[in-house]
Amino acid sequence: MNQTIAIIISAILVKNMVLSRFLGICPFLGVSKKLSTAVGMGGAVVFVMTLSSGITTAIYKAILDTENLRYLKTIVFILVIASLVQFVEIILKKFVPPLYKALGIYLPLITTNCAVLGAALLGIDEGYSVFNSTVFGFGAGVGFTLALVLFAGVRERLEYCDIPESFKGLPISLVAAALVSVAFLGFQGLFGI
Amino acid sequence: MFGEIITSASILGGLGLAFGLGLAIASKKFEVKVDERIALVREVLPGANCGACGQTGCDAYAECLVEGKCSINGCPVGGEELASKLSEILGVKAGVTVAKTARVMCAGIYSSCKVKFDYSGLEDCLAASSLHGGPSACAYGCVGLGSCVRACPFDAIVIIDGLARIIESKCKSCEKCVAVCPKKIIEMVPRCDEYTVSCSSMDKGAVVRKNCNVGCIGCGKCSKVCPSEAIMVKGTLAKIDPEKCTNCGECMKVCPTGAINRYRCDY
Repeated sequence: MNQTIAIIISAILVKNMVLSRFLGICPFLGVSKKLSTAVGMGGAVVFVMTLSSGITTAIYKAILDTENLRYLKTIVFILVIASLVQFVEIILKKFVPPLYKALGIYLPLITTNCAVLGAALLGIDEGYSVFNSTVFGFGAGVGFTLALVLFAGVRERLEYCDIPESFKGLPISLVAAALVSVAFLGFQGLFGI
Repeated sequence: MFGEIITSASILGGLGLAFGLGLAIASKKFEVKVDERIALVREVLPGANCGACGQTGCDAYAECLVEGKCSINGCPVGGEELASKLSEILGVKAGVTVAKTARVMCAGIYSSCKVKFDYSGLEDCLAASSLHGGPSACAYGCVGLGSCVRACPFDAIVIIDGLARIIESKCKSCEKCVAVCPKKIIEMVPRCDEYTVSCSSMDKGAVVRKNCNVGCIGCGKCSKVCPSEAIMVKGTLAKIDPEKCTNCGECMKVCPTGAINRYRCDY
């Protein structure tokens, strides 16, 4: 139980997927322009990450955890994640069409998102059980959503500021992201994690 | 060595096959039926994606038309020709126009409504509104910095004395102003030359009086004299139902603050 709670807190705050491990920067910068799309994207990522972490760890422990097959984990995980995202797209299109329209191109982007693959691989590296790996995936997704939502708020405000010409657009967003990341350093050592 | 190749290939191949089958079943089971009329309609649309129809582009307009929620006269780029083609495909009579116009539900010009702050250098309603709610003493009032003027592609909005005013004869119902107003006080109404309660304040009567001379205080006098029962007072704000209103003007005569105005078509 203690380890599970430590995993969740670590994934969301202390070792935040985006702001501490620097994974998933692409959708972080791409979808965080409006709060509504940020929340939608975050939700999809939580769903995909949780399921993929669980399924990939299960497949690893069942099939690939032998001396000569461990090297296959990268490509098998990519296969699992790609299929899962396709599945999520089909479900969204059928049951939540407005969200499907809002996410548009960003949903296939989750497939090649290093954060999702990262969560799966990190779970294996740390040697988590299937349950703990799923929890880790969930926490990583929530941390990703948290970073996205926070940064969307920052960016919406940034639009009304007087920015120098050479910084407009991506440069000032990256600087702002760096500052948010430094702020999250404050969580280091929380609860001894 | 061959053993390894075969093992890895078969594992990958096997998993790929399993997932592929799963996806094929899912895509059949959760299929979303797309109306083929949408493709037909989309083909005759101009494809400029200008948004003047009020949708986010020609694809969205095509869907809206097939769903029956949009008028076939809504596209100014396609015009009459397009409307007749659409009436053929959809079986709707051309000329069934829902000629709506936008209206700003506020009458707070500088001499009527007090000003709280001076936003020097900030020329955007959204920016001003996100920083302490805007310059107007009334939290629901028109900011008057012109975001709607810039959003309108048909030059149908002017700012006079710190209040946005829509020239209703020029309005093409694209609803861009409705989307951009941070106070959300621009509403779509059925036609021009109508009596309207030009106030959106949800504050109590005494507060409204303190901030603005022409705000609605929710006294209910208009509701009592209306012969067609078209006025409802919700909380402290009166609202006229345009479907029931007969334009008799009784409400405007009894309103103590002058919150009811007649909006002519040409301003």
